[in-house]
Amino acid sequence: MRVALFLTCVNDTLYPDTGRSVVKLLTRLGVEVDFPMAQTCCGQAHYNTGYRHEAEPLARHFSDVFGEYEAIVTPSGSCGAMVRELYPRMGERARAEGRGDTLAATLAPVVPKTYELTEFLVDVLGVTDVGAYYPHTVTYHPTCHGLRSLGLGDRPRRLLQAVKGLELVELPGADECCGFGGTFALKNADVSAAMGADKVRNAESTGAEVLCAADNSCLMHIGGTMHRLKTGMRPVHIAEILASTEEGPAA
Amino acid sequence: MSGTFVGMPVFPPPAHPAFPQAAHEAVNNPTLRGNLRHATHTIRAKRAKAVAEVSDWAELREAGKRIKDHTLLHLDRYLEQVEESVTAAGGIVHWAADADEANRIVAGLVKETGESEVVKVKSMATQEIGLNEALEAEGIRAYETDLAELIVQLGKDRPSHILVPAIHRNRGEIRDIFTREMSEWGRPAPEGLTDTPAELAEAARLHLREKFLRAKVGISGANFVVAETGTLVVVESEGNGRMCLTLPETLISVVGIEKIVPTWRDLEVFLQTLPRSSTAERMNPYTSTWTGTTDEDGPKTFHLVLLDNGRSDTLADEVGRQALRCIRCSACLNVCPVYERAGGHAYGSVYPGPIGAILSPQLRGTASEIDASLPYASSLCGACYEVCPVAIDIPEVLVHLRERVVQGGPVTREGNKVVLKPAKGHAAERAAMRAARWAFARPGALRTGQRLASRTRRFHPRTLPGPGGAWSDTRDLPPVPAEPFRDWWQRTQGQNGGNGDRGAAK
Repeated sequence: MRVALFLTCVNDTLYPDTGRSVVKLLTRLGVEVDFPMAQTCCGQAHYNTGYRHEAEPLARHFSDVFGEYEAIVTPSGSCGAMVRELYPRMGERARAEGRGDTLAATLAPVVPKTYELTEFLVDVLGVTDVGAYYPHTVTYHPTCHGLRSLGLGDRPRRLLQAVKGLELVELPGADECCGFGGTFALKNADVSAAMGADKVRNAESTGAEVLCAADNSCLMHIGGTMHRLKTGMRPVHIAEILASTEEGPAA
Repeated sequence: MSGTFVGMPVFPPPAHPAFPQAAHEAVNNPTLRGNLRHATHTIRAKRAKAVAEVSDWAELREAGKRIKDHTLLHLDRYLEQVEESVTAAGGIVHWAADADEANRIVAGLVKETGESEVVKVKSMATQEIGLNEALEAEGIRAYETDLAELIVQLGKDRPSHILVPAIHRNRGEIRDIFTREMSEWGRPAPEGLTDTPAELAEAARLHLREKFLRAKVGISGANFVVAETGTLVVVESEGNGRMCLTLPETLISVVGIEKIVPTWRDLEVFLQTLPRSSTAERMNPYTSTWTGTTDEDGPKTFHLVLLDNGRSDTLADEVGRQALRCIRCSACLNVCPVYERAGGHAYGSVYPGPIGAILSPQLRGTASEIDASLPYASSLCGACYEVCPVAIDIPEVLVHLRERVVQGGPVTREGNKVVLKPAKGHAAERAAMRAARWAFARPGALRTGQRLASRTRRFHPRTLPGPGGAWSDTRDLPPVPAEPFRDWWQRTQGQNGGNGDRGAAK
């Protein structure tokens, strides 16, 4: 199976290790991974800040770049939700504005074949034990769009539970938002920081070494808060844990 | 935050600061944070348990949504049916286009009775229009009889929650307010009042009983109006509503036009979902229903004031209209992480929390600083949508209203179609969004930017000056990697069959 890696602009620029981990993991599982070089950004930040019309060209570009692949895999719950949940809505809005079906038709092909990484592993490849080894105590934070928009459910936890050497501990208040929220983190910095600090305190209370999530933008906020509050914890993307093996452990 | 209001705030509030500024104080107030955290987490957990008991909750939620959507779609017809059925049952129906008109009507009706005081059962609609203040200006004193509303009124405070308006107060604060203020308004608090819930409730009971027995005029809202019979329904849990609705000679009910349900059969759905969503009760304790007037029983005169006040304008917007499905359960407030930290006052409206963030900017428009900032008072985490018993997709409406703020566009105000201009103060953001869109439409430009960031990474600070401080005041920046992923990919895998150049010509 030949799939496209939709890495997201944030991961491409700031978290290349996550991208390398997805490639390593999927290759190990027998998947042929391609990274279309023309990919940029799905338009989520534009759309969610109120700039839907600026997001439209980015969505069309996404569809151009990824349209011909069998499957599109992304290590981001919120960017996955942008494509799956909000691209159809953009098409509907354009139709309601009297602009016809063009946008909806352009975006339709990429919607059903876009998968968040853990969904792709569990639902498409049918694996929960990916042969990973990660000898650390980990607590898992389900990020909001993965949890509520995509309905990832217990997929990430099942994958983590199958990792050799990994001890998974419960995160109190796991379902509560970390406070990132894209431009919310800047526009409502006080509330965002308070939410982040509460999330970090809850994470610390578990005694885990690592807080794991399936979305680096949330981890950037949580990790930045952890670092500022001088906790000993590290934020790690789930792809890096699942890619780690006894022969090639994660850094 | 302490207000200097007598009764409830005027709607809309005069020059309320934008949400981020208003929230700043609350976020840094440890007592308030503690009170809110304790209360919201308690109700949240109870609600989840009460909802989990119902095997057909998803179906009830869908039914509630459909009943409300159907009613709103045919609201003109159902409003006429309500007028006919209420009139036939001996009630008198009044129509109020806005807050001023509603206040004028109610003040006029009270004056006709010759009375100068009224008892009130908690009503969001009368708070929305600032009725208590309007009555005060006419020399009429309105007594709130709901326990929490009493606390707010005695404390010269403002409500901060739809269902538990004094959620920001703890028991000690309430004891102090009762001891200090009750004597000003009527029967004083008992000597040596402690902060045990039973003693506080008894003090309120004695204080209020005097008012119930004396009042000749009662004022209420309604949770529902059943169109087929013209029956009003008030759902409450203290029994004060039953007193206000049955003891006075004259009853005046101010009701938003979106409160209609077509039939009693429809009501059945909401009497299941509302108590569990709001107070986590399986069945509501006091459900009062009345149809016009009845000889020798209850009020002799009944007035229904049907209130628009921005609702028709909201109804005209096909995305935003779902906010009118709201049954005021406040489940969205109790689950909202932003409400939990910012508190209700920061929302500058009698409707706080997620529902307030989509309702206020629609009912009042987005012209004021507070209303233009409310759609952004959310991380879009979606917890509100998940718990909403009528499936209002609050994040969808928030984003829709953000669009209205930054891009402008067609809206309906006071029944007229107008085209809004983009709000001021978003110029820099708009330019940044355009620039980002330009770069993202050109992979080459994105790559140039990424490489520049990587090559200068040794010089990047961990904190930022100016507006960047919004991030770095509390959070360290992530280090920029030595190379972006795409450079690694091209260096290591691009030539091994990966179709690296697909679409790159753009």
